[in-house]
Amino acid sequence: MYFCYAEDSEDVAKAQFQKNSKPLKEKTTKAERRALQEAQRAAKAEGKKAGATSGVSAPTSKPVKQPNQKKDVTLLASSSTAVPEKKGGEKSLEKDRKKETVPHPRMQFDDKSRVEKAKKRSVVQQTEARNRVEIFRHLPQYERANQLSDLESKFFQLDHVHPAVYEVGLRFLAGDIMWSNTRCIAMLQAFKKVIEDYSTPSEKTLSRDLTAKINSSVSFLIECRPLSISMGNAIRFLKALIQKSTLAQTDSEAKASLCSDIDRYINEKIILADKVIIRHAVTKIRDGDVLLTYGSSSLTEAILLHAHELRRQFRVVIVDSRPNLEGQSMLRRLIEKGLSCTYTHINGVSYVMHEVTRVFLGAASVLSNGTIYSAVGTACIAMVAHAYHVPVVVCCESYKFHERVQLDAICSNELGDPDVISKVPGRMNNPLDDWASKENLQLLNLVYDVTPADYVSMIVTEYGMIPPTSVPVIVREYCREHILI
Amino acid sequence: MPDTHALVSDFLNKLKKRKIEGSKAAAKLTAELLRTVISQQRLPNTNQAAALIHAIKAIGEQLTAANPVELAVGNIVRRVLHIIREEDLSLTTASIGGLNLQALSDDEDNVDRDDQPVLSAAAVAAAARSTLRPPALQTLIEDVSHSAAIHHSSSSAGDSEEKTKSTDKNSRSRKLKHNVIETVNELIEDIATCHESIAEQAVEHIHHNEVILTLGSSGTVIEFLCAAKEKKRSFRVFVAEGAPRYQGHTLAKELVARGLQTTVITDSAVFAMISRVNMVIVGAHAVMANGGVIAPVGLNMVALAAQRHAVPFVVLAGIHKLCPLYPHNPEVLLNELKSPSELLDFGEFSDCMDFGTGTGSPLLQVVNPAFDYVPPKLVSLFITDTGGHNPSYMYRLIADYYSANDLVLQQRPTS
Repeated sequence: MYFCYAEDSEDVAKAQFQKNSKPLKEKTTKAERRALQEAQRAAKAEGKKAGATSGVSAPTSKPVKQPNQKKDVTLLASSSTAVPEKKGGEKSLEKDRKKETVPHPRMQFDDKSRVEKAKKRSVVQQTEARNRVEIFRHLPQYERANQLSDLESKFFQLDHVHPAVYEVGLRFLAGDIMWSNTRCIAMLQAFKKVIEDYSTPSEKTLSRDLTAKINSSVSFLIECRPLSISMGNAIRFLKALIQKSTLAQTDSEAKASLCSDIDRYINEKIILADKVIIRHAVTKIRDGDVLLTYGSSSLTEAILLHAHELRRQFRVVIVDSRPNLEGQSMLRRLIEKGLSCTYTHINGVSYVMHEVTRVFLGAASVLSNGTIYSAVGTACIAMVAHAYHVPVVVCCESYKFHERVQLDAICSNELGDPDVISKVPGRMNNPLDDWASKENLQLLNLVYDVTPADYVSMIVTEYGMIPPTSVPVIVREYCREHILI
Repeated sequence: MPDTHALVSDFLNKLKKRKIEGSKAAAKLTAELLRTVISQQRLPNTNQAAALIHAIKAIGEQLTAANPVELAVGNIVRRVLHIIREEDLSLTTASIGGLNLQALSDDEDNVDRDDQPVLSAAAVAAAARSTLRPPALQTLIEDVSHSAAIHHSSSSAGDSEEKTKSTDKNSRSRKLKHNVIETVNELIEDIATCHESIAEQAVEHIHHNEVILTLGSSGTVIEFLCAAKEKKRSFRVFVAEGAPRYQGHTLAKELVARGLQTTVITDSAVFAMISRVNMVIVGAHAVMANGGVIAPVGLNMVALAAQRHAVPFVVLAGIHKLCPLYPHNPEVLLNELKSPSELLDFGEFSDCMDFGTGTGSPLLQVVNPAFDYVPPKLVSLFITDTGGHNPSYMYRLIADYYSANDLVLQQRPTS
């Protein structure tokens, strides 16, 4: 998206901040845009001297996909919705001039100059990984070994990061919190604390300063671990709330209402939505079913347990894969509740699929072209199920839906720690122990996968059970306005 | 005899305990064992081939029963039986050709006289196959009359002919064993060098800047890729680990040691990466007569993904892996379930074993299949030591190497 101009364009700096928060773009001629751009660049040069590190960063990515932007022209970084630096935004302004279609102003990691600048301002010390896979140059990959201890030692130096946010960031980095729902809830709780402890400094308005503070927290969290799409949506919602809350309220009232709104968001969009989804999905489980599930998804687990409480007779096949082997924890929890389970690894899915009647999958996000963005391996499961004519049901809350479109898993993904691939649990002397020393060898640990829409039979959301082709309708009707339904 | 018994039972033991890794090793050991058996087998004077065949069939039945999933064993047994039949046929035709001054038919002109060394099995096979063709009416009539003439001539011959016939028979018996063992040696040689003949074809299929995907590890694939590397083609390889044995790691290490750009990915990332791959090259455990492939577990998933993205799925297989049987329900019948400890740690999950249903069956089951069946429609090309073939052509190759009588190794009880 090119530029979102505020109405009062003479206040160029303000335009800079609100550039992307307005959902609609106003068509301007090229000459006008160019003129404004020059003015903005001048204003930015002044703003730079003011030294606000985070406040000037373009707040959110485009909430709305522009109608003429069809292709992913530049390969961009992961699904973070907050751009951590204004320099990236500035550079993208220049480049955008040359192209009609405008990419999101997300960080371009294959551009060395930007990476250098990001490093100077980053809090977490990141050393780039060696032996990077060529095709993923556009995604960040850092050495994991030292990050955690490094960050821990910096606790007393980070005064612009709230301790709650710091704690959440640490836990993300350490891998304690992993699933997109829990991450989102943890992040929102941390932001609630930030808001509660916040006091507006003099000569600044609550909305803008608080937004700046939230931005700095978000950039810190991104440095710990790239945001998931659900977290991005939640941040956008929060910022829209902050914008709206400025008028005619004292600060304390505004803060209280913000906190209560966050609570409502968590409650309605996540907890209650889960309950509704479970109720819908359980109707699809019949007696005698053999249900296959992949990895570990809290929603799928809740659905299976609920069906078991309703005394349906079924059994579960849990398919697991490396490197996280998260299916094992789900297996343990299901067995303790008395479900009869079969466990296998992803290579054996062709063997078990001929006796499976339904496949239940969870998702990290659902994109506008109906593709499912989820844990790596989901696409393989859906493909084999499709080949054996087994229906695939995906359960996902609507707050995870996004207007983005994606065709394959390479344009946008997250790269995990490659060392876990070389280490096989329970084996000494792995052949790849010294992989970093061999320059011809790279290890690739993808976190996300893209499942094409034709492999999915049905998506269960709290608004009902929809086919994958109806996803953009849901996005348009229910996700655009940041209102709580 | 006692020697062979001990050898056979030793080999049976190894097969039952699954100590023999890989079809190439199994094929080689089977061939060597059968060679020993043949050389030590005492043969009667008449109808030697039948006796030999009977002995080999008996042993073969035991071998295949020990490990039904290791199809290479059965393949080699049937190859040896075929060799025996062909050698017998060639000797018979040669001796007939020696006694009879005229040629029986145009097709048998190329059969040498008895005093010259017998032709190799390949030429004999060609001759035999020519006899399999529906013969012209004229040659049929001539055959009958000539063979009748032969018998007449041989039976009406005097002592001198009888002597020559008996010496012929003795020399024939020695020759049969000798020829068979020679041909079995050639077979062992072929098995050992199948990698090279396959690797020679690598240059035709791999060009510059290709991206190749493979899963698990296979000696044939290593040689194939390295042969292309020798010819200065630069390409890169994605290796999927191949859980639960993770042989992809050893393959990757080997390829890197030989200078290839390698990236190791998890099996779950295959669908994600295959859109950037130009070709999938894998090895096989066995190739069935319909062109289907018994492959290490996970390859059916890879084949489906390759079909979705229109990526050629190439299978490298030595001819010793070609099985003349058609698969029925291969996912279950031609599969083996390995130990669950490869997937789940027994120590961690021992408490889960305490839970049970009312009927007493455990709640937790672990499935660890060793093989996958890839149907022929997912395979683009087979590359064997005899060249590249379509899956739909594989059934024709069976006629080259196996006889129809040998497909069933079980001895029927004679009524």
